Amino acid sequence: MSLSIRFRHAFTDLPLDIALDAPTPGTTVLFGRSGSGKSTIIAAVAGLLRPADCRIVIDDVTLVDTATGQFMPPEHRRIGLVFQDSRLFPHMTVATNLRYGLRRAPNGPIGFDDVVDLLGIAGLLDRRPHSLSGGEKSRVAIGRALLSQPRLLCMDEPLASLDAQHKAEIVPYLGRLKHALQLPILYVTHALDEVVRLADTLVLIRAGRVLAAGPLEAIVARGDLPLAARDDAAAVLSARVVAHEPERQLTELRAGGRSLLVPLLDNPPGSAVRVRIPAREVILAAAAPQGISVHNVIAGTVHGIVQDPGRHAAMVEIALDDAGLLARVTPDAVTRLGLAAGTPVLALVKSMAVEILPD
Amino acid sequence: MQWNSLILSLDFLSPQEWEAVRLTLIVAARSVAMALPFALLCAWVLARCRFTGRAVLDVLVHLPAVLPPVVVGWLLLLLFGLHGPIGAWLMSWFGIRLVFTSTGASLACAVMSFPMMVRTMRLSLDAVDPGLEQAARTLGAGPIDRLLSVTLPLAIPGILAATIAGFALSLGEFGAVITFAANIPGQTQTLPLAIYSALETPGGEATAARLSLVSVALAFAGLFASEFASRRLRVVLGR
Repeated sequence: MSLSIRFRHAFTDLPLDIALDAPTPGTTVLFGRSGSGKSTIIAAVAGLLRPADCRIVIDDVTLVDTATGQFMPPEHRRIGLVFQDSRLFPHMTVATNLRYGLRRAPNGPIGFDDVVDLLGIAGLLDRRPHSLSGGEKSRVAIGRALLSQPRLLCMDEPLASLDAQHKAEIVPYLGRLKHALQLPILYVTHALDEVVRLADTLVLIRAGRVLAAGPLEAIVARGDLPLAARDDAAAVLSARVVAHEPERQLTELRAGGRSLLVPLLDNPPGSAVRVRIPAREVILAAAAPQGISVHNVIAGTVHGIVQDPGRHAAMVEIALDDAGLLARVTPDAVTRLGLAAGTPVLALVKSMAVEILPD
Repeated sequence: MQWNSLILSLDFLSPQEWEAVRLTLIVAARSVAMALPFALLCAWVLARCRFTGRAVLDVLVHLPAVLPPVVVGWLLLLLFGLHGPIGAWLMSWFGIRLVFTSTGASLACAVMSFPMMVRTMRLSLDAVDPGLEQAARTLGAGPIDRLLSVTLPLAIPGILAATIAGFALSLGEFGAVITFAANIPGQTQTLPLAIYSALETPGGEATAARLSLVSVALAFAGLFASEFASRRLRVVLGR
C-alpha cells in the first residue's frame, strides 16, 4: 500500500512541482525550510487547496485527480489534520472537541478511551481550550484528529509553536502513536530531531521541489544532500538489541550487518532501537588499531567522498551491508589513507558517541 | 408628581398609555423576529461569500441607515401598499394587509433596524477564525454542519448584540412607522408616536413625560441585558 502525491501549483512567489511516493503504514516526514512548500502539500492532501494540476492517491483511494476531474471534498476525505496552531474549538470542552470528528466518522478502530490514554489527556476532558498549555493543546488536537478515524494523519509542524520543554513532553507520545495505531502519518517539520525520531520515509523539500526521498537511513547516509552539510550531520541506523553484558556495562546491538557495542541499555534483547552516529565522531583507519579504547571497529567500503571546501573537510560515505555511515574527516586524511570509492575502510566509533533514539 | 407612586404603582399610566407601551414591545419583538433571519443571512453572505454584485448587496443593506426614515416609509407604501406590487399580491393570495396595521409598523421597524443588525452580526462573523471552519471541515463537517456547530456558536455574542440593538432601535422608530403605518392608537401608535401625539395635545406634557420615562427605562434595561449577556457568553466561549 502506498501514498502517492503529484501536483503542480503556481504561486506568485513559489512554483510548486511535487512528486512523491511513500509506503503505508509508516511515517513520512516532509523536511525543509519554512516557505519551501511543505505545508502546501499537506493542504493539497487535505483538500483545503485545489491545485490546477494534481493527483493524490492513498491506498487505492483517489482523493483528487484533475486529469479525470475527480475531487473529493475535504469533509469526505478522512484526512486527520493537526494544525500548527491546534485550532481547538474554543466554545467546546476538551471532551467535546475530541468527539467532534468521532461523531461524524464511520465506525473505526480508534477508540475514545485508547486515545485519551495514549495521549495522557484524561485529566483535561472537562477543561476548555483557553485554559490549556501549548503542549496540552497539541495533544488534544492530535487526539481529535485521530478520533476522526483518518485514513492518513497529517501533522503540519505540530510542535513548532512549543518551547523545548513542551516539545520534549509531546515527542514520546508521537512515538507511541506511531507504533500503537499502525496509521500512515504525513509529518511536516523543519526540526531535524523530530525527523530522526519519527521518520520511516524522509522527503527533503527545497524551493517547491522534492530534492530527495527514500528510507530515512538511506537519505541521511548520503553525503551530497544538505543534511550532510550540517554541523550535526549524522547517520541513523535501525538496530536490534542482541545481548546485554552487565559486567562490562555494555549492550551489543546489530545494525547494518555489524555488531555495535554501546553503554548498557534497558531495552529487552530482540527489541528495535534507532541509533544516531554523528559524522564528526567517526574515525577512519586503514588497519585495525591496537591498544585503543574504541570498542567498535566497523569494516565497510567507501561509497563516495564529498568535498566540503567551506569546512576544509571531506564527507566520506561508508557502505555497510544494508546501511551506511558518514565520517567527516580532513581532506589530508583522505589522501593519507588513499581513500576512493570502492576502497575497504575501518570506521572507528566510540561507544559513548552512539546516540540511542527511543523507537 | 410623586416619584414613589410613579415607580411603584401600576396605575401611574393611563390605560391608553399602557396600551402604547404594550404595543411598542410587541411591534419591536415582531420586528426583530422578521429581521433576524434575513439579517443573519445577509451578514453571512457578506462575511463569507465572494461574488459579483456583493458591493451592490452591501449598499442595499445599508440604504435604510442613510435614507431619511420618511423616504423609507414612503417606499414601503409604494411596495407594500394595497396597490403596490408586493402589497397587492399579499392581499390577493393571503389576505394580509400591512399598511396601517401593527404588522406594518413591525415591518417598518424591521427595515430601519436591518442595517445595524447586519453590521453587528457581520463583525462577529468576521471575527470567527476561518481556520476553525477548515478544521471542522477536515473532521468531516459539511457546510450546514459547520455553520451550526462552529460559526454560529462563536458568533453568538454578536448575534445577541444585534438582536438587542434591533429591538432597541424598533422601540424608538418614528418616521418610517408614522409614514407607512400611520398613528392609530391601539394599532400602530408606538411610544414615540404616542409621545409626539401627547405633545401635540394641549395639556399632554404629563403624558409625554411619563412615556419618555418608560422609554428611558426600556433603553436602560436593554443595554444592561446586552452587557450581562455578552459577559456571560464571553465566559462560556472562553474568551
